[in-house]
Amino acid sequence: MNITVTLIAQMLAFILLIWFINKVLWKPMMGLMESRQKRIADGLAAAERGKQEQANAEKRAVELLDESKRKAADIIAQAQRRAKEIEAEAKDSAKAEAERIKAAAEAEIERGVNQAREHLRAQVASIAIAGAEKVLKQQIDAKAHDKLLSQLAAEI
Amino acid sequence: MSQATETAQSSSGGGTVEYIQHHLTNWCVGPDCDPVTHQANGFWAFHVDTIFFSLFLGILMLFVSARLVKRLTDGVPGGFQNFVESILEFVQGQIRDGFPHAPAIIAPMALTIFVWVWLMNFMDLIPVDLLPLIAGWFGIHYLKVVPTTDLNTTFAMSFTVFLMIIFYNLKVKGPVGYLKMFLFHPFGKFLVPVNIIMTAIEELAKPLSLGLRLFGNLFAGELVFLLIALLGGAAALGVGLLIWFPLQVVLDLGWLLFHILVITLQAFIFMVLTIVYLSMAHTADH
Repeated sequence: MNITVTLIAQMLAFILLIWFINKVLWKPMMGLMESRQKRIADGLAAAERGKQEQANAEKRAVELLDESKRKAADIIAQAQRRAKEIEAEAKDSAKAEAERIKAAAEAEIERGVNQAREHLRAQVASIAIAGAEKVLKQQIDAKAHDKLLSQLAAEI
Repeated sequence: MSQATETAQSSSGGGTVEYIQHHLTNWCVGPDCDPVTHQANGFWAFHVDTIFFSLFLGILMLFVSARLVKRLTDGVPGGFQNFVESILEFVQGQIRDGFPHAPAIIAPMALTIFVWVWLMNFMDLIPVDLLPLIAGWFGIHYLKVVPTTDLNTTFAMSFTVFLMIIFYNLKVKGPVGYLKMFLFHPFGKFLVPVNIIMTAIEELAKPLSLGLRLFGNLFAGELVFLLIALLGGAAALGVGLLIWFPLQVVLDLGWLLFHILVITLQAFIFMVLTIVYLSMAHTADH
């Protein structure tokens, strides 16, 4: 029970043990626990950031959706306007075409009338000659008056 | 327990005192060891059992720590790592409460004290005759297995703490401030001689109480275990054994369970007081 040199030995053992425990256990464990703390903090911060980003993205999505809706409406309005234009154009061109066809038909009719008139005229001449011939049968020698007759026909 | 019976019998004539004396004698090696009583007469005597068991437990701590640290994960900790981490956090909490802004070495020191003292105290829970019996087979006839029942161990720690108290006093207060503490504390500058005596007693009481408290508790605990072990031995022969032996078992179990509390409490007290004393030494304004 006396105090002996054992005390010195035990002091040395104690001090060495503190030193070793610090080196072998305390520091690695503390480093580990701190790094874990940091990781958890980072994770929480990242989650927070993610939430924020999600909110932003949602807001942006809504904005984009609105914008595209607006654009679609514009496009539809434009298309409708354009369709009306095309319709009007088509009407115009159809009217013009009809006009043209009508004019052409009228011209054709005119030409036919003229032709018929010409034809008629020629027939009238020949009928007139024939009449005249019958009237003048005896007095007029066809041969002697041929020149005169063709001149008359040309004049009609 | 049953070994107690045998040992008590073999120590011829039922020498109760002899049995206890025998158990409380260290394995002494050195020029100052008495060859008859095996007590240390002077300074040059090594208590080999004390040194062996404390070193063994210290190395066990380091070995387990090193093995644990090798398999550490900073993800979700598994069973044993969790356990160690909770001890570390417990120690850290004690330091946060008792010694804010402590120097880096305080925490591992407190941890070492807590675990090492607990392990050394734990040797007390091993049946008192088991290890001496085994040692006897190898020709070692005196073995005290609980290092904290040796004053050398408890004073080694408390003296180290004392040196650190002086070191921090000198470091933080400065030599002049430390001297002033002795001169003017606690009664002001008109009672300087009284102050010196009072402060000296106060300072010396710290390591003494620290070492003696642990030693006293564990020594007493060991003694109670020895007395319980003697119960069966006292009535070694005859039908009395039928009464004494079960009583011994029941008492031993009871004291053992109670002693689990005691060894933990003593380790805890040693750690907390170390933290408190060092914290007091580390504050500049006394």
